[in-house]
Amino acid sequence: MLYKFFGGVHPAEHKDLTEHKATAPLAQAPAQVVIPMSMHIGAPCKPVVAVGDQVKVGQLIGETTGLGAPIHASVSGKVTAVEPRPFGNGGSMMSVVIENDFQDTPDPSIKHRDNVDALTGAEIIEIVKNAGITGMGGAGFPTHVKLSGAVGKVDTLILNGAECEPYITSDHRLMLERGEAVIGGARLLAKAVGLKEATIGIELNKPDAIEHLKSIAGGDVHIEGLKTRYPQGAEKQLIQMITGRQVPPGKLPADVQCLVCNVATAAAVWDAVTEGKPLTQRGVTLTGGALTEPMNVIVPVGTPVKDLIDAAGGFKADPDRILYGGPMMGNPIYDLDVTMMKSTNCILCLTKAEVAEQDPAQTCIRCGKCVEVCPMKLTPLFMRMNTNKRRWAEVEALNVMDCIECGSCNYICPARLPLVQSFRTAKFAIRDEAAKAKAKAEKEAANA
Amino acid sequence: MSDYKDLKLTVASSPHVNSPVNTRSLMLDLIIALVPALCVGTYFFGPRALVLTLVSVVGCMFFEWLYNAIMKKPQTLGDLSAVITGILLAFVCPVALPYWTILIGDFFAIVLTKTLFGGLGKNFLNPALAGRAFLMLSYASFMSTWVKPGISNWMDLGAGVADAVTGATPLANLHTGALPKVELVDVLVGNVGGCIGEVSAIALICGGIYLVIRGVINIRIPATYIGTVAILTLIFPQGNPNVTWMLYQLCSGGLMLGAFFMATDYVTSPCTPKGEIIYGVGCGLLTVFIRYFGGFPEGVSYAILVMNLFVPIIEKYTHPSRFGLTKAAAKAAKAAAKKGGAEV
Repeated sequence: MLYKFFGGVHPAEHKDLTEHKATAPLAQAPAQVVIPMSMHIGAPCKPVVAVGDQVKVGQLIGETTGLGAPIHASVSGKVTAVEPRPFGNGGSMMSVVIENDFQDTPDPSIKHRDNVDALTGAEIIEIVKNAGITGMGGAGFPTHVKLSGAVGKVDTLILNGAECEPYITSDHRLMLERGEAVIGGARLLAKAVGLKEATIGIELNKPDAIEHLKSIAGGDVHIEGLKTRYPQGAEKQLIQMITGRQVPPGKLPADVQCLVCNVATAAAVWDAVTEGKPLTQRGVTLTGGALTEPMNVIVPVGTPVKDLIDAAGGFKADPDRILYGGPMMGNPIYDLDVTMMKSTNCILCLTKAEVAEQDPAQTCIRCGKCVEVCPMKLTPLFMRMNTNKRRWAEVEALNVMDCIECGSCNYICPARLPLVQSFRTAKFAIRDEAAKAKAKAEKEAANA
Repeated sequence: MSDYKDLKLTVASSPHVNSPVNTRSLMLDLIIALVPALCVGTYFFGPRALVLTLVSVVGCMFFEWLYNAIMKKPQTLGDLSAVITGILLAFVCPVALPYWTILIGDFFAIVLTKTLFGGLGKNFLNPALAGRAFLMLSYASFMSTWVKPGISNWMDLGAGVADAVTGATPLANLHTGALPKVELVDVLVGNVGGCIGEVSAIALICGGIYLVIRGVINIRIPATYIGTVAILTLIFPQGNPNVTWMLYQLCSGGLMLGAFFMATDYVTSPCTPKGEIIYGVGCGLLTVFIRYFGGFPEGVSYAILVMNLFVPIIEKYTHPSRFGLTKAAAKAAKAAAKKGGAEV
């Protein structure tokens, strides 16, 4: 039985650009890859290779220094630099640069595993950890940490195949082409946390994927078709849709006995467990009106974005924005030297005509559509009003911290107000003030 | 191969796409929805109805332009809200109203009610209804000169109030506690005395349905408003049978115009779903109270104006319950805990 989530919008999908194109390997492997040492939530990894070292595909090049996931070489070749490079999430980040020798020599540690069924849950989690798997839907939380935290606490495993962002089709193609890996990965994830069943949620705009997975899933993996509505694929909304449970403010899915993983993560777990392959490549959608030939490709982690643009035939129109991810939550890229990360599911190149300019000069007409579409039941218009007046306490009281920045209110706003941007400002200010207050209190305590 | 260093890329906060609907297109939909009622009004009251509406529209646009020009503010006519105020104010005036009078109403509606408070989005009263209230106070006799419908009673474009062939409105009959002498079907199509835009319940309902289908308004305010009036007049009829009494009450006067086009005004109605329901019920209660116990036959405009004043307090207490802490969430959490407990 399915439930409903609150609010939501239905932006133009634009998935037809790539949804029928099979995922192909990159026609020309990148001459060099630049692998940033932070592609996950947590502390950056420490490089364990030096300039001049020869590395093989799948060899460990960055080890964790705290919360995080290890990083492996995605091509074989020579390390030519270990230095800060431009980073997709802004600024620069310590990166390992590898000159590709185009041999694709695999690391000897990569071995096919026969006794998969004999593995215990703890062993699966250990394999996931060593394979450096992070959430592949966007946020990039280390998967083994998520799994260890869920053992014994959850009663429902949900795989996220909603792919509710417009334009993106990489998960869609993955489910069609590698359904067995997704289903197999789902079983491994369930086993890892002590469950026997899993549910895969897929939006109804991917009927072929739903049908295919249904035909190969056994009785233990349930496929649920979900009415197409953004932000279906947001973790809290997907949990609400499938179980009716709402994750309370400031809590985690495990607090409502749920674990959510992306379908691409499940496939990566399958590859890691059965083939011993660490996460060094992934499917990505290259799309948008500015690209000559939109496509789905398998790309080594660390491939520069400019190589991907070349792979898609370059630009046929001037791009106004190039994004990591979809148009609703994607992050803008300002330098095409930045590279593919483990969580990059799409490189979206939008023309000026595809982009809607926001206009802070217009006035709110109080239409209330933002309240109507907010999946977190917030009141964006009042939050914005108080943000503009810098009344942080009032914005906080309106629960701005609950905002998932899905952009639904911003999308629907007839006055084109930059709502999400103002909530980011408010969140930043509130965190900043809290940190200052804490520092002040500590200083006073030390002086006393 | 290119290094793509000469690209001019925009770096902006997400989201990067917007719904095609904007303020202007919403207002345009409202204007489209008002056209059927304008056509019926023109059919029954003649070309003067159309001309008076146009004068009102031009007046509203002029005053908004003038205010912005004098105050050195950016021009806002493009949002089309002044056009709507102009149409709505004419719709709640009788056809015999002198042109200069409606211009005074336009001034009150646009300048005193809207722009002085900061323009669209900042006014706390519905401009058209505030304009009407002002005209009712200042020119009561003009505002209650009801021309008989029909081509034989059409007024010349230049005719004065004294030339009007007048008759009673269904509301005046209802106010005395009697069923009107006109047929219900005439009240439904608009073949009765009354204000230009309010007479045809059918045309207004069609416009309202268009707005709901287009997603311009949602059904909560009109449904609760009309529903409240329906229930009250059904339970407390002053004429027999009570269903007929209720239907006359619903189709006469400004109820349909008010419920679909005035009470739903974005700026002056609550923007929380629960608030909209309270507001709609409040409008319905006040409308019936004024019609039954007030000095005027009609209560819609004052009911809405009074409820406009309640909007801030209604909104304050009707914020949606927080995600994760709703009743449904508590229920689901309990069920989940029970399920877990059974397994353990």
